[in-house]
Amino acid sequence: MSEKIKHYQGEALKSEDIKEGRVPTEKFRPKVKFAWSVGIAIGKFLEELKKGKIIASTCSECGRIMVPPRIYCENCFKPTDGWKYVKDTGTINTYSISYLAADASRLKEPILVAIIDLDGASEGMGIIHRLGEMDKNEVKFGMKVKAVWKPREERIGAITDIKYFKPIKEETP
Amino acid sequence: MVGKKRVAIVGAGLTLFRRRMKETGKELSYEASKMALDAAGMELGDMQSVVMGTAPDAFDGVHMKGEYLADGAGAYRKPYTRVFVGGGTGVFAPLAGWWHVASGQFDSCLVVAEEKMSSCYPHPQYAFTTIFDPILERPIGMNLIWIFAIEMHRYMHKHGIKKEDIARVSVKNKGNALDHPCSQLGAKITVEDVLNSEIMAWPVQRLDVSPTSDGAAALVLVSEDIAKEITDNPVWIDGVGWCIDSTHWTNRDLYYPDYVECAARMAYKMAGVRNPPKEIDVAEPYDPFDYKELHHMEGLLLCKKGEAPKLTAEGVTQRDGDLPICPSGGLLGVGNPIAAAGLMKVCEIFWQLRGEAGKRQIPGDPRTGLAQAWGDLMQYGSVIVLRR
Repeated sequence: MSEKIKHYQGEALKSEDIKEGRVPTEKFRPKVKFAWSVGIAIGKFLEELKKGKIIASTCSECGRIMVPPRIYCENCFKPTDGWKYVKDTGTINTYSISYLAADASRLKEPILVAIIDLDGASEGMGIIHRLGEMDKNEVKFGMKVKAVWKPREERIGAITDIKYFKPIKEETP
Repeated sequence: MVGKKRVAIVGAGLTLFRRRMKETGKELSYEASKMALDAAGMELGDMQSVVMGTAPDAFDGVHMKGEYLADGAGAYRKPYTRVFVGGGTGVFAPLAGWWHVASGQFDSCLVVAEEKMSSCYPHPQYAFTTIFDPILERPIGMNLIWIFAIEMHRYMHKHGIKKEDIARVSVKNKGNALDHPCSQLGAKITVEDVLNSEIMAWPVQRLDVSPTSDGAAALVLVSEDIAKEITDNPVWIDGVGWCIDSTHWTNRDLYYPDYVECAARMAYKMAGVRNPPKEIDVAEPYDPFDYKELHHMEGLLLCKKGEAPKLTAEGVTQRDGDLPICPSGGLLGVGNPIAAAGLMKVCEIFWQLRGEAGKRQIPGDPRTGLAQAWGDLMQYGSVIVLRR
């Protein structure tokens, strides 16, 4: 009981205690690797990315056009029953300007990442990807963007076949 | 409630929360468990079952963590289950303990939650990268802070919320934690301190985020008959709720946590709570980031959508306000050893309802309280409603 307890257990260490060997430690680095089967729905999605196209799966029950595609509709719990190309353009739903790399190390120049709602998919069907060809001060909610693809010969059937999304410059009238 | 037995909490235990502890996970589990049993005036022999809550194995590098920790949690030769629902684990563990006893199968259950994040280096964050979809997300170079920054930004955009409206949560919780004997980051800071802190992934800045921590917490759960025998002031588990949303998180509108509302409605229905802002006297929503306290207050139906920042600015959520939120100091102040942090929140509500929270005690003789945790890919809600 909080106010009745006079002493709480625990002894804090500093990182130097470990680095300088003031306390014994045991170290280990796993050397395990993984190779994932990409599956049926995402397998098709990645094959289409290699061709420079984005494909969705559709459910005739609820009418949704879903990206990333799946072989089952999680709403209706039925097999999806169609495929449909969506556009490689979309709208920024939300974004972040990140100074953190994947390993939490700090970046001098930030990475721009966003959820992009793709044109032609059902409302709110976004994917996460990077943004490019824009400054951190230019990125905005609702901005129209377009995929920048790697050259055909460099595509391998991966989400990174799209390098990033760039702003669609509004045509001057 | 036909067929369900009433379940009481009769003891709580907590270790210090620190960035790096000398004790192993087993030792931390033991200290918290022993404290909870002592507080209840019970012994391990009185416990018929044990539930352990602990989060990703990758932090410890021990991929059978439930079993690894079992002895420290007093599970030796007992029915034992480890539960894991990401960040939601700390509040989910007592929910699992509840069904052990509510089912009538056991008269008692020791609920333990432990996390030791410091073993993974150079930073436990890198272990988090393995939670993402390996095909579509990891190749982008995902970082955990990104996805919360993305959610926070969507929430701010939808309601026109400013950073300073959110920073007040961090100021409040770190301030509250100054009165918590186990706290890692209790501090007197200002809104300006938060706004001037390092930008990690805009809009997330360093002082918007809880730390990584080591620590453990424990609760003793018993049936109504035993509770009435051993104590005059049991705290009852009157409502439980849990819910998961789609793993297709980029297909959801992140401005509102529907799954938290779903879990809350389940718990309120069971507890007979019809008007949460009026009937809940004190709440500990999950606050690994300052915006999450606000997001969760809304999901828990403690206020209208987009209204939580206003209540915070008006002081309603302070300990002496009409609806005290995170009187413990929360994850932002006390620390965030993931599963243990969630259970720390349930301990806090237990102490608040018994009037034993010391300097943190809220005025007004609270009768009904709530704790909530959140996890997985921004998709899991676990809610517990307690009454004295």
